[in-house]
Amino acid sequence: MKSVEELLAIKNKVKGQMNVRSENGEDNIRVLVGMATCGIAAGARPVLNALVEEVAKRNLSNVYIAQTGCIGVCQYEPIVEIVEPGKEKVTYCKMTPEKAIRVVTDHIVNGKPVAEYTIGAVAK
Amino acid sequence: MYRAHVLVCGGTGCTSSHSPEIIDALNEELKAKGLENEVQVVRTGCFGLCSNGPIMIVYPEGCFYSQVKVEDVPEIVEEHLLKGRIVKRLLYSETLTQEEIKPLNQTNFYKKQRRVALRNCGVIDPENIEEYIAVDGYQALAKCLTELTPEDVIKIVSDSGLRGRGGGGFPTGRKWSFTAANKADQKYVVCNADEGDPGAFMDRSVLEGDPHCIIEAMAICGYATGATEGYVYVRAEYPIAVKRLEKAIEDAKAYGLLGKNIFDSGFDFDLHVRLGAGAFVCGEETALMTSIEGNRGEPRPRPPYPAVSGLFAKPTTENNVETFANIPQIVLNGPEFFNTIGTETSKGTKVFALGGKINNTGLVEIPMGTTLREIVEDIGGGIPNGRKFKAAQTGGPSGGCIPEKFLDTPMDYDSLLKIGAMVGSGGLIIMDDTSCMVDIAKFFLKFTVDESCGKCTPCRVGTRRLLEILEKITDGKGTMEDLDTMEALCYYIKDNSLCGLGQTAPNPVLSSYRHFKEEYIAHVRDKKCPAGVCKNLVQITIDPEKCKGCSACSRKCPVGAISGKIKEPFVIDQSKCIKCGVCIETCRFDAISRK
Repeated sequence: MKSVEELLAIKNKVKGQMNVRSENGEDNIRVLVGMATCGIAAGARPVLNALVEEVAKRNLSNVYIAQTGCIGVCQYEPIVEIVEPGKEKVTYCKMTPEKAIRVVTDHIVNGKPVAEYTIGAVAK
Repeated sequence: MYRAHVLVCGGTGCTSSHSPEIIDALNEELKAKGLENEVQVVRTGCFGLCSNGPIMIVYPEGCFYSQVKVEDVPEIVEEHLLKGRIVKRLLYSETLTQEEIKPLNQTNFYKKQRRVALRNCGVIDPENIEEYIAVDGYQALAKCLTELTPEDVIKIVSDSGLRGRGGGGFPTGRKWSFTAANKADQKYVVCNADEGDPGAFMDRSVLEGDPHCIIEAMAICGYATGATEGYVYVRAEYPIAVKRLEKAIEDAKAYGLLGKNIFDSGFDFDLHVRLGAGAFVCGEETALMTSIEGNRGEPRPRPPYPAVSGLFAKPTTENNVETFANIPQIVLNGPEFFNTIGTETSKGTKVFALGGKINNTGLVEIPMGTTLREIVEDIGGGIPNGRKFKAAQTGGPSGGCIPEKFLDTPMDYDSLLKIGAMVGSGGLIIMDDTSCMVDIAKFFLKFTVDESCGKCTPCRVGTRRLLEILEKITDGKGTMEDLDTMEALCYYIKDNSLCGLGQTAPNPVLSSYRHFKEEYIAHVRDKKCPAGVCKNLVQITIDPEKCKGCSACSRKCPVGAISGKIKEPFVIDQSKCIKCGVCIETCRFDAISRK
């Protein structure tokens, strides 16, 4: 390594991977994935991993992704809830890894919830 | 990309309570469940709360699991990591509240702490240089080499108000400027990691948890003072620290952060590790350098000071591990970051190794000026078994004791000197009312007698004679004149010894005599040990009124000193009794006491 730029490049690469270890701040966007038996059976783990990958790829340090228990509507699993401070919770259901990536780009990054994946749209 | 990180403490404390086995079991169990690519297991440095080890923190939730056993691992993996259900029974009790899991930094132990030197301990993997870089590592060095002149660096360190953390408290910036001012073909930087005080483990924890910050700081010091080579002198008794430091140096060389032409600035810096062979005197700066040179570790007279003629007779800057650990943060964030913490004359934070009769044994880093009461009662969680605080020993065998009436003394260099104690390297041993102060002084003196290198007579012979007087007192054979001789001898040793070891060796005696004179007098005049520790001054007796004659004590007595008939009062044969106290603990009728 011969330059400060190279040092910063390593820093930025690894820092994203270490974000998980920061304490959950109050103004973070919380992403909760239902990981009870019903969620796991319906395929929640690939969804969770896709979310983690995408958030890391985009270096979103204000996003906290965690598992949660059964939300109670097992027929709509895998369920992902997004809680933004000061806003109403958005619940996405019947998620797939592909849908998860779109939720990250549209909802978390650009602030536009993906209406067609929400429980309101799917449950009609 | 890992969705969850499991941080397991790999410090010496938790390692001795089987954290390596826990890490192995975790990796195995994760593999069995197919989670090895989703969950990362990280072996970190010390978290500080050693009494609750082995410690494990699971992120993103930030769950603090304490006293984890290998058998608990399958449950943690199955419940927490697979299904997202926190294993509440293993949570550190204070973090478990009714509604939610309390973050660690809001617990009593961590709330009043401010981590500067220990900032990365328990946060990063010390064996992974990239994790250190991710938390701003080596940026302070980059800033020095690319933006600042050596004079700028020394000014920043001077302005920060940082003083030596090894015990002396000498202003670090000034020390660096002395070496910088001397012209020589070769200069050196030395890191003193020969942490010898009984009960102190601050430096070990920094080296184990964040070795790269020492490397970075030494390179900065080299740049500021004009040195191109450095030595870290570590005790051989710290195998984990040595291993991690060596790995860190190797990695830093591979990344071009040590070696020739660092950051293309033309600055070269190389680092070597030297192991100490367990001599306490080698913690003294001149003895340490003599030892690095390959000679028997003995101090040499000062002047000349190391800044003029140090290692291999070249100008040398020597600092303690904790002093160095503060440097990268000071350079990176500016002197104001540091000099706004602490008191008027003692800036920044200090790490203390909290031990003895205290609930939360471990490592704490507090702003200078925090009172002893806050450390003992809030951070330390008080004295176990509802006993009463008696005194705290700071600075180990070179320091003094702080009695209860000074509990509200702010912990800083000058306030502690005023009451006859010292900040020292940071060992803080808490004593309760079952500790005899004369016995404690004797304990520390025994240590210095063993460790005196023998080069100068006041220390070699003086400490030995002093110990003999103390032994006479604790044996109940002391006279009032002995106390006067003892005090005079203390001052004689202090004034005439060659190095810091002898000059400070009488401190435990002097300070305990100053604050607990009545206890010394009780030993001499009344032939009594008020705390019931000194064996020759106590008798264990059975109260015939209370004794039911159950024989429980006589069955437990290891030397067969108790005899009697069942259902009649038993008696202790004083000539056989070794005063171990087992009978007192055994008796269910409170009939046996120590007087």
